[in-house]
Amino acid sequence: MPESSEHMVKSYDQELNRLRALITEMGGLIESEVAQACQAVLERDQDAASVVVETDPKVDALELQVQQFVVKLLALRQPMAQDLRLIVACLRMTSDLERIGDYAANVAKRSLVLGQFSLPFTLSGISNMGRLVQQNLKAVIDAIGDNDAEAALEVWRSDEDIDSIYNALFRELITYMMEDPRNITPCTHLLFIAKNLERIGDHATNIAETLYYAVKGEPLSGIRPKGDTSAYAVVRPPAGEA
Amino acid sequence: MPDGETKTHATPVPATAAADKAAEATTGAAKQAAIEISIRSLDFFYGSNRALKSINLDLPVREVTAMIGPSGCGKSTLLRVLNRMYDLYPNQRATGEVVMDGRNIIDSSVDVNELRSRIGMVFQKPTPFPMSIYDNIAFGVKLHEKLSKSQLDERVEWSLNRSALWEEVKDRMHSSALGLSGGQQQRLCIARTIAVRPLVILLDEPTSALDPISTLKIEELIDELKRDFTIAIVTHNMQQAARCADRVAFFYLGELIEVGTATQMFTAPHEKRTQDYITGRFG
Repeated sequence: MPESSEHMVKSYDQELNRLRALITEMGGLIESEVAQACQAVLERDQDAASVVVETDPKVDALELQVQQFVVKLLALRQPMAQDLRLIVACLRMTSDLERIGDYAANVAKRSLVLGQFSLPFTLSGISNMGRLVQQNLKAVIDAIGDNDAEAALEVWRSDEDIDSIYNALFRELITYMMEDPRNITPCTHLLFIAKNLERIGDHATNIAETLYYAVKGEPLSGIRPKGDTSAYAVVRPPAGEA
Repeated sequence: MPDGETKTHATPVPATAAADKAAEATTGAAKQAAIEISIRSLDFFYGSNRALKSINLDLPVREVTAMIGPSGCGKSTLLRVLNRMYDLYPNQRATGEVVMDGRNIIDSSVDVNELRSRIGMVFQKPTPFPMSIYDNIAFGVKLHEKLSKSQLDERVEWSLNRSALWEEVKDRMHSSALGLSGGQQQRLCIARTIAVRPLVILLDEPTSALDPISTLKIEELIDELKRDFTIAIVTHNMQQAARCADRVAFFYLGELIEVGTATQMFTAPHEKRTQDYITGRFG
């Protein structure tokens, strides 16, 4: 951790390091959860799905620990400037990380249902989305560890790409459903899975914004790229078919 | 030299709530830009030791400006330039400009007694005179103004009211001030200062010698007083500066390192030295 200088009271530094370590530990668990969840969907890997579901309570426990620790630091240390911003940022980031864990667990649970269907189409869309989300997640969690505002900015910009893939996937899945009613159930589950992945991407972007403010002391300027247009999407059946 | 009646923004005595509000409304717009004291290229010397180095600082009208920094940084020295306390010591001198109301107050032509009725000071250790509470307040007023007995009574009551002390002492106005508690004595000193209706109040670590409750009472008082007076406060207590100040100036080794709003200084200061000081990375 590139810190310019140490506090005169060493225990304060130790506590801040401990706070960062908790966030990093959460980040590591989350990365693993998301990876396992994608594996569960793409490879129909039931063991991977169980691992995710079992890991999630650990994540929830860590969030509670971080929250209580933050309140303690605020009361006892009266932090200022970058220390204050970091401590408040950890409070926000832990919440985003916990939500990512929940979404990963949802994906894992749905993968078990999905595994019962044979699909006449490939999951390359989901696979691409999963890969991109994991990339962004890793990048932002590394950025937390390195206190790297520029890396956070990169993640913030990449959310648009995830949204683009999601929009395309949305249309693709609806098309499959229109082609064959037997596709409706698995495609609906896939839609939810895709949405969960898209939300994971959003939370990673939240973390990036929070980290940027903590490091720089000013919020990320400009409008956050909101690329998810599925709320307005209309997919019409090709003309001449019932 | 303006007399007491023409000090432009001391509230008329006794102030009604309506008058207060009206005054605030009309001057609110001007408040943002108006500067009470403008310090330019100020150097200060203890003998040959240059304790303040080319200070440029504005004290906005009716705002609280806090001066913070480690021991020996020059903040108390600066405060004491503003009311020419260094005049008492032959080895101390100031060069540069401290402009108030169009005049450089460190110029030798300025009447120091008159200056000190416009710029009052309260010290860390409460300094009540060994007189009655009433006489403590009346003393300074009688030096500067010719008031009838009833006018003087009114002024004394107003000062003690504005200092949140009236209710506690109104039934023993002629008892000795030395019988008051520390917190009460400090409020008495504030009352004594505002009784002569200054424009500026200087506070040199006003609560360092007081318990936490008295401290908070004084901070509440500062919040109220700034409606009518420009306030400069030197404090070692960063949280006090955070609670009380509109603007904060950080000094180090005789230099002004950074000045900004309290919010900006304590959440995202620009200078690394400021950040290191306020986060406890050096002192």
